[in-house]
Amino acid sequence: MSALLEVTGVTKRYPGVVANDNISLTVNAGEVVALLGENGAGKSTLLKAVFGLVKPDSGEIKIGGTPIVFGDTAGVIARGVGMVHQHFQLVPVMTVTENIILGGEPKRGLFINKKAARDEILALSKRYGLEVDPDAVIEDLPVGMQQRVEILKALRKDVKLLILDEPTAVLTPQEIDELLEVIRNLAKSGVGIVLITHKLHEVMAVADRVVVLRGGKLVGATSPKETDEAGLAQMMVGRSVVLQVNRTEAKRGAVVLEVKGLQVLDDRKLLMVKGVDLSLHSGEILGVAGVEGNGQRELVEAICGMRNRESGEVLLKGVPTKNLNPHAVHEAGISHVPEDREKHGLISTYSIADNLILNQFDQAPFAKGWIRDLSAIAKNAVETVAKFDIRTPSAFNTASSLSGGNKQKVVVARELSEDLPVLIAAQPTRGVDVGSIEFIHNQLIAARDKGAAVMLVSAELDEILSLSDRIAVMSGGKIVAVLDSKGADRNYIGRLMAGLKE
Amino acid sequence: MNSLVKRRGFYYALAVAIPTFYLYLQSSNVTTSVFSIAVTFAMPLALAAMVGIMCERTGIVNIGIEGTLLLTSFVAFYAAIATKSILIGFCIAMATGVAMSLLLALMSVTWKMDQIIAGTILNILATGLTSFFYIQGNMLPNMFKQKPIPGLSNIPFFGDVLFKHGVLMYLGFVVILTLYFALFHTSWGLRSRAVGEHPSAADTAGVSVSKLRYINVAVAGAIGGLCGSYLVLELVGSWNRGFTAGKGFTALALMIFGRWNPLGALAAAMFFGLSQAGANQLMIDGTVNIPPQFVGILPYVMVIIVLAISAGKVRPPAAEGQPYEKGQG
Repeated sequence: MSALLEVTGVTKRYPGVVANDNISLTVNAGEVVALLGENGAGKSTLLKAVFGLVKPDSGEIKIGGTPIVFGDTAGVIARGVGMVHQHFQLVPVMTVTENIILGGEPKRGLFINKKAARDEILALSKRYGLEVDPDAVIEDLPVGMQQRVEILKALRKDVKLLILDEPTAVLTPQEIDELLEVIRNLAKSGVGIVLITHKLHEVMAVADRVVVLRGGKLVGATSPKETDEAGLAQMMVGRSVVLQVNRTEAKRGAVVLEVKGLQVLDDRKLLMVKGVDLSLHSGEILGVAGVEGNGQRELVEAICGMRNRESGEVLLKGVPTKNLNPHAVHEAGISHVPEDREKHGLISTYSIADNLILNQFDQAPFAKGWIRDLSAIAKNAVETVAKFDIRTPSAFNTASSLSGGNKQKVVVARELSEDLPVLIAAQPTRGVDVGSIEFIHNQLIAARDKGAAVMLVSAELDEILSLSDRIAVMSGGKIVAVLDSKGADRNYIGRLMAGLKE
Repeated sequence: MNSLVKRRGFYYALAVAIPTFYLYLQSSNVTTSVFSIAVTFAMPLALAAMVGIMCERTGIVNIGIEGTLLLTSFVAFYAAIATKSILIGFCIAMATGVAMSLLLALMSVTWKMDQIIAGTILNILATGLTSFFYIQGNMLPNMFKQKPIPGLSNIPFFGDVLFKHGVLMYLGFVVILTLYFALFHTSWGLRSRAVGEHPSAADTAGVSVSKLRYINVAVAGAIGGLCGSYLVLELVGSWNRGFTAGKGFTALALMIFGRWNPLGALAAAMFFGLSQAGANQLMIDGTVNIPPQFVGILPYVMVIIVLAISAGKVRPPAAEGQPYEKGQG
């Protein structure tokens, strides 16, 4: 019997970059193959080639023994290949049912048989133990649920090979555990699975084999039995990566930012931040730990002027920052790495150079009066791209051309460029590869050492533990504890995050 | 959400029905004739809005509707004169509409041009061609005559308003209703809307984005041809420079007002038609003692007010105006 997927010598060049360089790999039924690689290592290109969405310059891709034809996505799907994309391929304004049946609608005469469709979705969700509401509209669902819809969409077509592209990047820890369980069960039932992720412990937990890409080349194949997380990281980056951050003792200074009795509503007008008190000192990193959706986003947005405050105040060096817009908050001395880089961090159609100066576009040296100084902007761009190791053929390409990790580097580079007294970093390493994480972490430490007060909000408890000097645990819209990170107990914090009392 | 829309539609209908019934009791003849005229004003706008809906629902902005109406009405007129057959005129107008649409699709789908520029090209092309070839003093051999539908046309009020028109008017209603059901209850509709909202989602589900865009834009062109034919062969009967007088652009506003829903756009067009017919009636009666120009702009003013009120709340198809690049996003 031939392999489910057989990739032989695939090469794909883009202007200025070789995305895939002579890549070969196979996937068999019932196994989980983890595909690892930094952002921009060529994983996405390879997968698009498998689906016939990208035409390789050379090489061959076979599914179940027969080669695929470029452009014949429908044919690839028909042969039992399903994919859960990193960016969900769901129509936000349509229902779960409509999204799942799209492309293969059950019919009654000329019309769609909506009842049959609905019944089918219910049966499908029952069969795989993935509960969904068939009538819910996608944009109203949390991301974990949206992903479930994506998986069901793939499963509906009787997949033999399921490709998951960074499926856990946006999930909460509980949702991740559930997903890994689903993956194991699917493999047991004979489905071949390709898992792309940056989270090495997930690889160790579910993968049978691991294939590593770097700079478009296949640099190694191994299995979790033969290596460990550090070994995998080293293969990905090509040098040894310190997964544990090295940091010196904090030189804690005066209080810079004070949050007093802050209450904030969320988009649904529900009270999400229920009276938060926090003080942030210069020269320290305060980690805000918590399961996502416990008010962290609203807290950050309220501090940064992106959301109205219901009550309470935020003092910057003793001065209230009431009713300031985001620009004024920034002028006052708070820089912000927003949680959603696509929406709030970058203007994706602008060049990298322009994105790097979004916060200072109207100030010297980037503007002289009303006129922008293009040469100063260009000089800054070239320097920053080199300093922050932003991987791009040119600093004048659009930000949308960058991979996730490099986009994040652009945001971090911009926000750190002015040495403001306060830095608020929300989920700064979400969906970012190991090498970039290390780099961003070091930048945060460096900012702290220069005397900035850093607030780090993250759903990754390991990130909080390794970077923070103090840890504030947020649960149910309140800060339930503030701990010194020295000797902090992981399990204890986990319990606090889950909302359990002592 | 859906039930909310339906309930709101019901209230709108009620808000029209009650005063209409009152007016009908007051003076049945005048009310019936105002509504009947309103339908003839509304139909070309509604059909033009269907052209927009067909295109925009799959993500193609078509601001060339005005040009399509202008050229198809022109072609319908002269083809009917040359062949002495209004039916052939109608068919050639439809073909012309499809041809213009294919040009739009070529520019915006295949060449990935800016769609506003592509639409503007259609408008300029139509204005140029029609002005150049226009000859004064031609007469149509005949027109599409009023053909009351047996039975239905005897219903009081509705019979006169809806069922005493020409063939093209009836065809227009069929097109609008078909489009409504097709858009929301068939595979084609689901796929079209998906392509207009999130093309890569459709693509990864095995739906060909460019093929569907080509097909829908082409069908939109045919509807444009029907609209142009109706204007010249059934409603007016003659053609002069600038014949369509901005109907293609008004239709875009009505499409937005109707939330890219065929029935919504039809209702919006009826609202516009009614205010125009009502204004005319007021002028004829001499009820109002203000210059006729002010009465003439009344419908436009009402559309501006209504659009301004509803503008912030509408949500166009998300992928509108963006060329689709395979393998991105």
